[in-house]
Amino acid sequence: MEQSALIWLSLIVFLPALGALALVAIPSDKPDVIKLFSLGVTVAVFLATCVVAFGGATDTAHFEKGVAEMQDAFSLPWIKSFNIYYFMGMDGISFTLVMLTAFVTMLSMGASWSIDRHVKAYCILFLLLETGMLGVFLALDFFLFYVFWEVMLLPMYFLIGVWGGPRREYAAIKFFLYTLLGSVFMLIAILILYFNSDLRELSADQLVAAHVVDGVDAAEAIRSEPKAQHTFNILALSTMGQHTQLFDDELFLGKSLQWWAFLLLLIGFIIKVPAVPVHTWLPDAHVEAPTPISMILAGVLLKMGGYGIIRICYPICPDAAFDLAWLVTSIGVVSMLYGAFAALAQKDFKRLVAYSSVSHMGYVMLGIGVWSATAGNNYNPEYWQMGMNGAMFQMIAHGISSPGMFFMVGVIYERVHHRNLDEFGGLFAKSPVYSGIAFGIFFAGLGLPGLCGFIGEVFVTLSVWNYSHVLAVLSAATVILTAGYILWTLQRVYLGPEYKGPHGDHITPINGRELAIAAPLLALAILFGVYPRAIFDYMTPSVNKEVEDLAGWTRATKESRLLEQRVELDRRRGIENDPLIGEE
Amino acid sequence: MDFLGFVTELVGRDGAPGKLADWCAGFAPELVLCATIVVMLLVRLPGWGQRINAFYVALVGALIGLYYVAPWTLASPTAAPAAPLFDGLLINDSLTVFFRSILFLFLVLFLIFTRLSGIPDREDSPDFYTLVLGGTIGMCLMASANHLLTVFLGVEMASVPSYALAGILKGRRQSSEAALKYSVYGAGTAGVMLYGISLLAGALGTCHLPTIAHQLLNLTPDLLAERHTVLLLGGLMVAVGLSFKLSAFPFHFWCPDVFEGASAEVNAFLSVASKAAALALLARVAIGFTHAPGEPASVQPMVQKAAVVRTVGYRGDGPASVALAVADEQAEMRPNGAHSAIEEEVEPVDVASVPRSVRRYVVGLIALLAALTCTFGNLAAYNQSNIKRLLAYSTIAHAGYMMMPVAAAIQLSGENPAEAGDAIAALAFYVSTYLFTNLAAFAIVAFLRNTLRSEQIADYAGLIRRSPFLVICFATILISLIGLPPLAGFAAKFLVFGYLVNARLYVLLVIGGLNTALSLFYYLRVVKVMTIDPEPEDRLPANLSLVSPAGVYLALLTIPVVVLGIWFDGLNNWTRAATQSLFM
Repeated sequence: MEQSALIWLSLIVFLPALGALALVAIPSDKPDVIKLFSLGVTVAVFLATCVVAFGGATDTAHFEKGVAEMQDAFSLPWIKSFNIYYFMGMDGISFTLVMLTAFVTMLSMGASWSIDRHVKAYCILFLLLETGMLGVFLALDFFLFYVFWEVMLLPMYFLIGVWGGPRREYAAIKFFLYTLLGSVFMLIAILILYFNSDLRELSADQLVAAHVVDGVDAAEAIRSEPKAQHTFNILALSTMGQHTQLFDDELFLGKSLQWWAFLLLLIGFIIKVPAVPVHTWLPDAHVEAPTPISMILAGVLLKMGGYGIIRICYPICPDAAFDLAWLVTSIGVVSMLYGAFAALAQKDFKRLVAYSSVSHMGYVMLGIGVWSATAGNNYNPEYWQMGMNGAMFQMIAHGISSPGMFFMVGVIYERVHHRNLDEFGGLFAKSPVYSGIAFGIFFAGLGLPGLCGFIGEVFVTLSVWNYSHVLAVLSAATVILTAGYILWTLQRVYLGPEYKGPHGDHITPINGRELAIAAPLLALAILFGVYPRAIFDYMTPSVNKEVEDLAGWTRATKESRLLEQRVELDRRRGIENDPLIGEE
Repeated sequence: MDFLGFVTELVGRDGAPGKLADWCAGFAPELVLCATIVVMLLVRLPGWGQRINAFYVALVGALIGLYYVAPWTLASPTAAPAAPLFDGLLINDSLTVFFRSILFLFLVLFLIFTRLSGIPDREDSPDFYTLVLGGTIGMCLMASANHLLTVFLGVEMASVPSYALAGILKGRRQSSEAALKYSVYGAGTAGVMLYGISLLAGALGTCHLPTIAHQLLNLTPDLLAERHTVLLLGGLMVAVGLSFKLSAFPFHFWCPDVFEGASAEVNAFLSVASKAAALALLARVAIGFTHAPGEPASVQPMVQKAAVVRTVGYRGDGPASVALAVADEQAEMRPNGAHSAIEEEVEPVDVASVPRSVRRYVVGLIALLAALTCTFGNLAAYNQSNIKRLLAYSTIAHAGYMMMPVAAAIQLSGENPAEAGDAIAALAFYVSTYLFTNLAAFAIVAFLRNTLRSEQIADYAGLIRRSPFLVICFATILISLIGLPPLAGFAAKFLVFGYLVNARLYVLLVIGGLNTALSLFYYLRVVKVMTIDPEPEDRLPANLSLVSPAGVYLALLTIPVVVLGIWFDGLNNWTRAATQSLFM
């Protein structure tokens, strides 16, 4: 089993990179061959993920529905002197995102046919980008994760900087600088966690469960080592975060090690999400990037932030996550509101869609942050499960609707060469099929019941009520704002008597290639809206397990710590043996 | 000792080898270089000798020297133990072997580079190579210095040829200006350093580095208070001399001017070899001041007995050691518990506090210099238009990064000698990767100068259309200098930052991290100019394909940068083997 996992997961991740290598050999004066080849590679990667999802043959890796634990995990030593492993695997959280990545990348390669400058370089960078993205979702070694995370930066920089719009260089360097700053913080946190980790603190069963070693004997050998055994294994670090005191030492300013690590990691991830106030790279990057790259940015790259928070921040630093839940949820709600208001004010069609992404990704932050499993409802993790599932679903739904919206903008931009909202209107009459699809996809973004956007939003909003009434009201209000800017946009662009803007005679009906890209997105938006279990069945067990683990940790560990804090508070006030511990 | 006895001791008697044989064995690489210089100068005398290009003589000498350095012995378990040479003036340990390997490897690569780039011409070459080889001997002395006198000698021997090298382009005014600036600056700092050495010698009664630590350890609080100012001042003055060689803030002003005036070949020599030697020296001196080796300091040349004679107890040499053991437990500085140099009537706490305060002083000084150097170098590089000036500031910034692990090592040396050795290994690793990146960077600058007749960044615009191979190499090098995975520069920074975490130097770590983000701008600007900017019309053609000696040479330098980024276990183990016994 491990052998086939090694082969298939490595294949999925590195097939694009191999494709990029092969592209070097194709002469650059044959752009169509290059594009077809690249499309073939992305299709092959998507098919490989499909085989893993639906295949079930014994000699391939297979993703089993309904299993919460890591599946198809394998681990090979890579850099032994630092305990770095080539360690990959997938569970419901990562696998759905891998499917999404392969799917969106395939479609956006299809959308790349309009690229006509330096096609070879474009395709090479595009494929390298895909390797980086898939690697991030599959890596379970923190170092490996970081390497993939950084590997994406450079191709993205060039894809925006060379093939982008008029202010492309500014947008590209801004994107690079923001993300690099975040990843530097992440690197610091990784190192802090690494040097404070110790595998000997885990039991033999935990070591085996975290795929550190294969058997109990080897685990015992690790446990009897004389020196501290550091690790980059994300699963082992999570176990340490939840079952040991390793990350609780004070680091700086009276805050614990994991508090700082959480904050540093959170900064790195929310830059990618992006959340207010570090979102400003996104509108620039989106507006300047070519359409396919915007699709990738919105569809996949933004999800890495959310994925990082779910996979890394929360399980490894639960204590800090509990204490800072207010920060995560507030950032989420502020992003939702700010993004929605900013979208309302935009004149540029693409910028509007970009701000809608900021707003929609705010739901993800909010859903993740709802730590409802606090005292008061008897540590019942039900609401938090709902919020976390909603956040995950929102990521997938946004990964479908947002690339669709960017593609719709791109289709019309290629024809009329402007994106000024005030100069559109009347497109429905000129190009009904295109407008119909656009309506569907924008409604999905709006969160209309029956389309994919609805499920995630409603799950998150419902779950918040038990956490904070204020945030719940605000997040519900955002739904109205979202409806406002999307309906207004549709009205300004597609409705109205006739098109009066420039290049009116260039507006041709949507062509077959464009239809082939837009239609699957709309179909999935409808499918996931009507039958959300198509996604939930894959991810719910893993999400629920993580939430239950953390809720269990709250009950077992955090409760007594809170109690200690209150007793300490009382003692400082001079009250002893007061039944109302910690109350005024 | 009479003269005859001295000679006998040196040469040995009755077939038994004397000290001289040992010394020659340990000093063989340097002797080979000396012989090469003599041969190179003499071979010009006969008529037939003038037809021999001095390059070949130098290359053969460097290769023989490399053979005698024997870098492959480092990793083998039978590596020779540390051996003092010339009665302790120099030390031949694994760190010496490592830095000698780096210097000689660089020398070989550098000689090939000068051959390919055409500077020096045939007429100048014996002079040029004599200076290079002479400077290398000085750098070897720096790397193996074990005594403040040899520290000074090494610095001077390395500097004086460098002054001449900076002015080797006789016709250029800028070149002469650079040489003059360099030598005036160098002479000034050398004077200050020599004065500092004399102060230290007066205050401590010795210049022998391992003895210095013993003496500091032996100082009673009264004596320490008395000599406090002298010691601080002496340490600071020695730091001035080292800072000049490291081009550390605030003694870096010569660096950009010299780099701009001198040829790119000389820049490569200054920025790699000189910097590597200076870092080795910094490590030597810092260790010398803070770490008293476990062995009795039996080899002490010219040690005047300090004003106060004290007893030095060694654990294991009799009943006295038992009494000392208790005090030893409390003394913080216990490299391997083997020695404890204290007076019995002195409070153990005080004894411990002496080396601790010295260590704090050294760590603070190095950390401050590192942080300032790094930040200043990166900030000043921003608006440089000349590539050599830009690389000069980059060199300054990297000197800052490379000083950081020294601070970490000294910080760790008190509690964890093995980890402290590993921190020096991180420095060694950084230097190894830096050899390839900076040599390649200056090689590219030189090759481009030969074809474009320009060293302005703006003239590199759109170069990727003419010679994609060269631009890809240069971009790889620059991105490695930023420190992005999966390139060698990242691995080096990862190790350095790791040991900063380990030593709990978090402020320095954050400064280093932020500097990485800062440095992105100017490195990436060069990449951007070469790839994104349009090509100027009136530029000389610049074609450099892989299928040329220069192309192959560049490929040879770039491949290690990629390979060491993806798999750095081997080099890491090798450098760790070189440094593991430093703090024992």
